[in-house]
Order: sequence, then structure tokens, then C-alpha cells
Amino acid sequence: MPRLIALVPIVTLLAMLGPVVAGLWGTVLPAFGHLPVAGFDGPSLDALRMLATTPGIGAAARISVTTGLLATGISVLIVVLITGGWSGTPAFQVLERVLSPLLAVPHAAAAFGLAFLIAPSGWIVRLVSPGLTGWDRPPDVLILNDPYGLAMTAGLIIKEVPFLLLMTIAALGQVQQRRSLLVAQALGYGRLTGWLKAVFPRVYAQIRLPVYVVLAYSMSVVDVAVILGPTTPPPLSVLIVKWMGDPDLGMRLLAAAGALLQLALVVAALSVWRIGEFIVARIGLSWVIRGGRGRLDGAIRPLGLGAGALTAALIFAGLGGLLVWSFAGFWSFPNALPDSFSLRTWMRHGPDTGGAFGETFIVAMTATGLALMLVLGCLEAEHRSGRKITSRGLWLLYLPLLVPQTTFLPGLQTLLLGLGADVGRGPVIAAHLVFVLPYVFLSLGDPYRAWDGRNGVTAAALGASPNRVFWQVRLPMLTRPVLVAIAVGLSVSVGQYLPTLLIGGGRVSTLTTEAVALASGGDRRAIAVYGLAQTAAALVPFALALIIPALVWRNRRGLHA
Amino acid sequence: MKHLALIAALVAPLPALANPDPADWDAVMAEAAGQTVYWNAWGGSTTTNDFIAWVGERVAEDYRVTLEHVKLTDTADAVTRVLSEKQAGVDNDGAIDMIWINGANFAAMKDADLLFGPFAEQLPNWAVVDSNGKTVQTDFTVPVEGFEAPWAMAQVVFIHDTADLADPLGSMTAILDWSKANPGRFTYPQPPDFLGATFLKQALVDLIDDQAPLYAPATDENYAKVTAPLWDYLDALTPTLWRQGRAYPATGPAQLQLIADGEIDLAISFSPGEATAAIANQQLPDTVRTFVLDKGTIGNASFVAIPYNSGSVAGAMIVANFLMSPEAQARAQDPAVLGYGTVLDMAALTDTDRALFDTLDLGIATLSPAELGSVVAEPHPSWMTRITDDWMARYGTAQ
Amino acid sequence: MLKGLELRNVVISHNDRRLVAIDITVAAGEVLSVMGPSGAGKSTLLAMITGNLAPEFRASGEVWLDGMNITDLPTHQRRVGILFQDDLLFPHLSVGANLAFGLRAGGSKQERAAKINEALREVDLEGYADRDPATLSGGQKARVALMRMLLAEPCVLLLDEAFSRLDTALRTQVRDLVFARARVRNLPVVMVTHDLEDAKAAGGTVFTIAPHED
Repeated sequence: MPRLIALVPIVTLLAMLGPVVAGLWGTVLPAFGHLPVAGFDGPSLDALRMLATTPGIGAAARISVTTGLLATGISVLIVVLITGGWSGTPAFQVLERVLSPLLAVPHAAAAFGLAFLIAPSGWIVRLVSPGLTGWDRPPDVLILNDPYGLAMTAGLIIKEVPFLLLMTIAALGQVQQRRSLLVAQALGYGRLTGWLKAVFPRVYAQIRLPVYVVLAYSMSVVDVAVILGPTTPPPLSVLIVKWMGDPDLGMRLLAAAGALLQLALVVAALSVWRIGEFIVARIGLSWVIRGGRGRLDGAIRPLGLGAGALTAALIFAGLGGLLVWSFAGFWSFPNALPDSFSLRTWMRHGPDTGGAFGETFIVAMTATGLALMLVLGCLEAEHRSGRKITSRGLWLLYLPLLVPQTTFLPGLQTLLLGLGADVGRGPVIAAHLVFVLPYVFLSLGDPYRAWDGRNGVTAAALGASPNRVFWQVRLPMLTRPVLVAIAVGLSVSVGQYLPTLLIGGGRVSTLTTEAVALASGGDRRAIAVYGLAQTAAALVPFALALIIPALVWRNRRGLHA
Repeated sequence: MKHLALIAALVAPLPALANPDPADWDAVMAEAAGQTVYWNAWGGSTTTNDFIAWVGERVAEDYRVTLEHVKLTDTADAVTRVLSEKQAGVDNDGAIDMIWINGANFAAMKDADLLFGPFAEQLPNWAVVDSNGKTVQTDFTVPVEGFEAPWAMAQVVFIHDTADLADPLGSMTAILDWSKANPGRFTYPQPPDFLGATFLKQALVDLIDDQAPLYAPATDENYAKVTAPLWDYLDALTPTLWRQGRAYPATGPAQLQLIADGEIDLAISFSPGEATAAIANQQLPDTVRTFVLDKGTIGNASFVAIPYNSGSVAGAMIVANFLMSPEAQARAQDPAVLGYGTVLDMAALTDTDRALFDTLDLGIATLSPAELGSVVAEPHPSWMTRITDDWMARYGTAQ
Repeated sequence: MLKGLELRNVVISHNDRRLVAIDITVAAGEVLSVMGPSGAGKSTLLAMITGNLAPEFRASGEVWLDGMNITDLPTHQRRVGILFQDDLLFPHLSVGANLAFGLRAGGSKQERAAKINEALREVDLEGYADRDPATLSGGQKARVALMRMLLAEPCVLLLDEAFSRLDTALRTQVRDLVFARARVRNLPVVMVTHDLEDAKAAGGTVFTIAPHED
């Protein structure tokens, strides 16, 4: 195999893991008291001691763990109920079509939307007041920012369900569930029970890593926590970012210590989940042996569909709320619609969003373009060498997604400064690349490998060199998956918050950084405009991924699948 | 060999000399033309963002300086950035050219030698600044010494929705009584947010009779005694707050949304003109008014400082000077634009410039300078740090 | 120079277990039928000849084609033609473009177009050059796939159960067409099949791969 293409996997690993490792190192040192510029020379345990005595640290850590486990657990449950009860039915296909674009809605936008929906002075209450409730003032109920993190958990669930559902659907393709399901039903099992006993274990093995990613992300997310999470005290990740920015330099050591704690919590939660898997497997096995046919199936099945529909409804309604706010004049409680409408907000913020839009796209397109080249190179290298990516390789791929952002990004910032790579778009693109690569790889991997290799053999037998096969046969046939992978990469980049903020030095302002900066100010109209712009930026590529192949290959029915 | 060392010693200070001397204003203007100034300033208020954009247009017109507004959620982020750069040895052309700053952030940067200066008192417009009447030469009792230039005066006022709370309340005790009678209708931003911490200071200043200890550093001996009335007050107030004090709005402007949503009727603000600006911006209903306490409220100045490693020092000084100009000051005071207080001495202005201020319609929800009453100076920063930490331990972790 | 395909002491193993051992010559114009139960290794043998052996298989021996040792050459340099069960016409290219893909490089645009039309005429598909392959019937697709392969001027024809997807009537038709074209061009043919009819129609040697010896 030509040496050049053999290098691509190595370059890819470096681009993806180098920053993570460097960032971790840049965090470990201050955590043990070593920060020369601030006059701290380690090693010392002072920072860790300070962390242990921070008021509310126990609660902050606990919230981090509970919201993570709860959000992940409920998301998995909902996805299992939906898939188990309805896969293969037309209702399932509808739900799949509806939930796929929701994947691209950035977390922050979804959180903003949900916040306005469920607040005591939010849209749902406004719609029923004062008619049904007799309220002309909102009730003083702690829904948003509740101390148990339930609102935040909800905000996470509505985004994780589409993600896990799509991962599950991909896994279903590998597992040939239809036959197993038929056999189970022929043996007298209800649909859901049959699926759970016969198919789910195999499916779970395939979605295990994405579930871990959801768990790690839920525990360390910052923007959703700021919008929906508790404030007294906030989850650990919010505290870390706050300490990172404190002018008192000793706080940077505390932030680093907190970052290590976050890492430890994530590892612990993953272990707990792993043990949970084992226990569930045991219980499941005895359940299988008992042979119950699933009499409750009929009652439980609709729950799955209902939950799935509710998830989609909450995101759509949330976005709808943002849309109305962006055109709202003054909007008093308890009116269901604004007192007046105006274009003022769009006119005032529209031009600004243009600038942020451009910046967002430049970063996203460059990061995604690089990722695509690296991923295609890796996949082709894999194909040519005949070696498939091992499960260990898959863990490496998921590693940047499992290590919390709040743990390694601050360290990465210091590293880049030390290299003189300083501020600006370049380093931000490199930081985005770390997160875009895994998702592009995951999105493109299966379709790439699923391509019928005999096409390649045929083409080679016709005299086409491997490069010619790649460019003239494989890529054209994979147009739709490549475009979808590009759309995935773009939406991942659009939604990134911490990498842009910390690595960009403020010189790079994307739609997401602008939107979250406005979140602290409470101007819902401006937030709505930026939130919607952010969502559009993420969704348009998916629309193009649907339209372009249909246009380009309109005379080729064989590519319409 | 010896000559080399001598030359090295002579050459070494040159980079510092390369920064322009503010006293030679023509040289500054010449050097500033074509520079880009990255002004790191809080971006959570759309009205402020618009004002900064206007400043950008004006300095581009008059001085060919390009102003980029880097929107921050927290000024401390910018301090961290300069610190990181110093740590990494980035001593020229850092990411930040100017920071909207005061108080503890300023103290931290000044102590760590992260600032360029002194420059403020050599700027041309310093001549019309009211350096005697307004607190622009000390920043939270820390001497400024020219390391930052003032551009806005802030004073605490309380915003209330007259539809539900018709009359002004004259003291913190009156606020407590009202809150007990109307639970869940009052809150304040969560410390360590600056405005939240200011509420705590304001409460303390209003509750105690002898404010003298507050202007010296807090000591272990007097801290508990001096702040006791504050904690008694908060113990009584917190259960009557919005959400029973289990959650707080994140910032000042977030409170405005709560008033608009009908969730609260009373909020604290650091800008006398903020309420009027918000009404004009359709963020608040037009029944909203402001009041101050009978004994006076806390006030301080907002400044801009220039990091030591900025690559556009001349441009930054141009912007700082422009911010102190009568044109910019009058525009900032216009409630339809920003509603910030001015740092200028009216008596030092020419008649034409003074007219800019006299003709301003301050707006329905803004108190006139006479009605604003007396300004209480900011206590020593050590009090704020301790009180904030104490608050976070007592009320910041409600579980 | 000996025209034809020679498999010299070819042994293919999988995990130290011998799958296929064959030493045989297929002369020009002859057909070798390879038969055996599912999974015995028939397609693996073809993969070895085309040069696409999966990494888990070990192969020894040599493959000679028209007097040239092609054992270590990459697939695209071997001049080996192969037809699979599915026609595998490239869905993004028209019928004519598919044929052009197979056509050896060189010649002006008109010359190439002429050759393509000639090929289409040979199988009664004149005028189909601009069609979308997905709109063709099964028999038509099989014919286009055959001509595409022949336009590349291979030195041997490999058939991997190439007729098993076709229904009985079509099957005989296409099979006869393939054998006729191969005879005209004097090509050796290796046909993998599990259908005795195919082997009988071929009339050549039959090599049976025994099920695995354990």
C-alpha cells in the first residue's frame, strides 16, 4: 500500500487525540499546584484540599452525577420502548423522519426553547391562563433551575433521544432484527417483550459506546446547565468554567482540581453504568428463562410512541416559541401571544447574525472539510489494507467524546499559547476538528463499509487502479452518505461552545458563543434570533444533503435508495 | 563581549518605549490610524452592544481606528486571557487591546503588572472629567493612578412595576416588610454576580449606622460584628424571595425579563436610565419606575484599561479618549440609547457641549440628578470578597 | 507462449485448514466448471485469481495467464474479467458510460463511441447507450455487464454463479451468449456454479471442491 495513505490514520489519531492528551497534561499540572506564571510551584495538594472544602462542592458533584445518569437512563429507556414496540411499523418510520433533523438542532437552542415552554411564566402556562387556571400572575414554582436538575435533565433528554434513536436504527441494520422478531412472535411473545428478549442485547452491544458518550456529555455540559440547571449550587462543570475565569489566579488551580474531579466522576459514573449493565443482563436472563410472553405489552407500547412524540413536540414547540419571541414586541403574562409584533429585533440583530453566521460557517466548513479528507483517507486505507478497525480502535475514536470538555480544553488553551499558535480561527478550527472527526467517522463509516465491494472488484477487473475506483466508482455511489456526513460535521461544529470560547480568545465569535453570551442578559428576543440562526445553520446542510443527491442523480434510480 | 552585554542592556527596554506616549497626542493619532482595537466588554445587554457599535463607527470616521467588540459574559474571562498570554510569554500584540473593567478585576490586573499605563490623566478629554466630584480616581478604594480611564457613572436604583408596587420604598427595612407582605415578588442577581454583590453591599450600608469600618480593609476582628445585621436581614428576607431563594436570576438584565413575565415586581439596577431604555426597547411595560433609598445609594465608575501586551495601544487610547468626549458622554446618558451616568464636570464644558446634556429627555422612568440624591462610595473590595464568599456558603448552596 | 490460465499447485487455507488444492490448466476456449457445496471455497478460488483474497486466507502456488505470472500483480493489472451473481452495473453511470468505463483507454471520442455502439449491437441493445441502468430488465442488465467486461479485453473470464439470479428461460439464453462470446474471443473460462445444468452445458472439465477435511 502506498506509504502516503498509510499515514492518514496516524495523522487522524494525532489530530483527534493530540489536543486531548495535551489538554489533560495542561490540566493535571495546575491541579497539583504547578502554575509558574501565577507563582505556584508544585507539587502540592493545596488545590485539591481547597476543592474539598468549597461550599456546595458535594452537591455540585452529586447533581453532575445524578443528572447524567438520569438523563442517560431515561433516554435509553425511551429509545428502547420506541424501537422495541414500533420498529418496522409505519409509525416508526414517521418518528424516524421527524426526529432525524432534530439531531441537528444545537443543544443551546433546544434548551432555550424548552426554558420558555416550561417556565411558570412560560408558553404552556400562558396558553392555559387565565382561562383554565385563573392565574394572572405566574405561580412561584421552582421549575427552571430546580435544585434536583430535573429541568436540565429534560433538556438533555429531548436532545439525546433522537441521537440514541438514530444510533439504534443504525445498529438494527447490523443485527437483522426482523427475522428474530418474527421467530419470537411466532413463539407467542408480544412485540415489545419479544424484541427485548431476542434483539435488544445484540443491539445494546452496538450502541454501548454512544450511550457512554451521552453519559459523559450529560455530566459535563455547560451551556444547557447554565440555561436550565440548578444555580444553588450549579453543576460541577459550570463551577469549573466560573473558576477558570476568576481574576484571582489561585482559582485556576481550583479549576484544574475541579476538572480532575469531573474526570473522576465521569469514570465513576461509567463504571456504575457498566455494573448496571451487568445487573440488567442478569435480571434479563432470568426473565427470559421464565418465559413470560409479555401480557403488559399492549399497555406499555403506546408509552414508547408517546414519549417519542413528546420529545419531538417539545423541541418543535420550543423552536416555535423562539420564532414568536423573535417577532414579538412587548409580551405580557398571561397573553398567549405577544401584545404586538415587530420586525425590530430581526432588523437590529439580523446584520450581526450575518457576521457570526459567516464566522461559524468558515470554521465549520474548514473543520468538516479536513475531517472528511482524513476520514475518507482512513476508511480507504482500512479498505485497502483489509484490516478493519478493532474495538480498541473504536474506543480511541470515542475518546475525545468521553473526556469531558471542561477537563482538557483549559489545558489545551495554555498549550496553544505556548506554541505561539495563539488566537484566531486556526486554533479554533483545530479544536473543533477534535470533536467533528469522531462524528464524521461514525456517520460515514458504516455506509462506506457497507458499499458492495464487488463493485470495486469489477472495476479493478476492468482495469481501474485503486485510486480510479475510489474517485470514479465508490465516491459517486456514496454521494448521499458523504453529504450526510458533511452535514453531521457541520452541525457538530456549529453547536460547539467551550472550544470556540476558550481557544478563540474572543476573536472568533460564532452564533453559539453569541447566543450563550446573550443568555446571561435575559433579552429573550435577541436570544431567539441567535438561537434560530444557530439552528438554521445546523439544519440547512441536512436539507442540502437530501436535495443535492436527488438533483444530481435525478436520472439514476439506482441511487435513490 | 562586554560591549555586547552593554548593547543588550540598552536594547532590552526598547519594546516598552515602543508604546506611544499619551502626552504627544498628534503622535498617538498618527500611530492609531489603521489599527484595530479589540475591546473586550460585557455583551449581555443589547443596548450597550449597540452603543459600542456606534463608538466603532465614530472612531472609524474620525481617526480611522477599527473597533471590534468582543462580547464577554464575564470580565474575568479577559483577565484570565491576558494572564495566560503573560504565562506563555506573549508580550506583544496580545488578543485583547482594551477591557471594560473596574473593582476587583482592576485590582488584580494592576497588582500583577498586566496593564499599560499610566495614560488616563494625559488624555485630552481628562480636562473635562469631574475628578473631584465623581469617584474616578479611586476604584473601590484602590487608587487608579491613571491605569484606567473612566467612561460611565453608575448608581444603584431600584426598579419597580407600579402596577403592582405603586410607591417607592425608602429603606432596606421597608423592602423587607413589603417582601414579607408580598412573598415571591422580589429577588436579586446571584452573587458573585457584580450586581448581586452590590445588593448585599447596599443592604449592609443602609442597615448599619457607622459605615466607617467599610472603607478600611475588613479584618477578622471586625468582620463578624459589622456584617451581623446583614445576615439577620437576609435570614428574614430569603424565605420571602422569588422561588424562596432557591434560585436567583443570573444577571441584572435577567431580572428585567422576570418583571416583564410578571414573576417579580421589584429589582435592583446599577444604571439610573436602564428602566427607561428597557421600556423603549419593549423589554419592560411602561408602568415601570425607579426609586433610590432615603439614605442614598452606592455608585461607582466604569473604566476602560489597556493590557500591557496590546498591539494597538494608540488606537485603544483614541477610543478611551473618545469615550470621555462630551459627544459620547451625552449619547450614553440619553435614555433612548443607554441611560448611563456621565463622568464629566458640567461646569468644565463649553456652552455648546453643555447644551448636549441640558436638552436630553431623561425619560419617564429615570430620576433626575437631583432626585438621585447622594452617592455612597464603594466600600473596600475586601468586604465584597468576604461578604460574597459568606453569602455563597450561607445561601448559595440551598441544599 | 502458452495461451490460457494455469493454476500451478494453488493451495488456499483458512486458519491452517486446507480449503482448496488445485493444479490445472484451462486452455483458450475451454470452460472449467468449479462445483461444491455452499461455503466450500469456490468464490475464494476466484478471489485468488482476481487478486482479492481476504486477509484471513493464506494462499500458495502460482497463477499464470497467457504465459505471464500474475500471482503478485494488483487486480487492475491482471487482465482478468469477472461476472458476479448481480450485474453490478454502476448506478451513477448510464449504460453507455458503464461500457466506456470498461473500454481500454485510447482512441478518439468517435472511435470509442463506435466501439460502444458496436458492443450494444452485438447483444441487441442498440440505442440503449443513454439509459439509466436501473430501468433495464434483468436479462438486459446481464447482457450489458457481459459486454462491459468484454470491452476491457480480458484474457480470462471468471463467472461467480453469474446465472443463478436469472429465471430458467433467461438463464439458458444468457449462458449460451456468454459461452459463445468467450469462444469467439478464444478466452478460457472458469465458472463457479452449484447447478449441474451449467456444468453440462459448458462441457469442459469439472473440478469439485470437497467439503472441509477436519
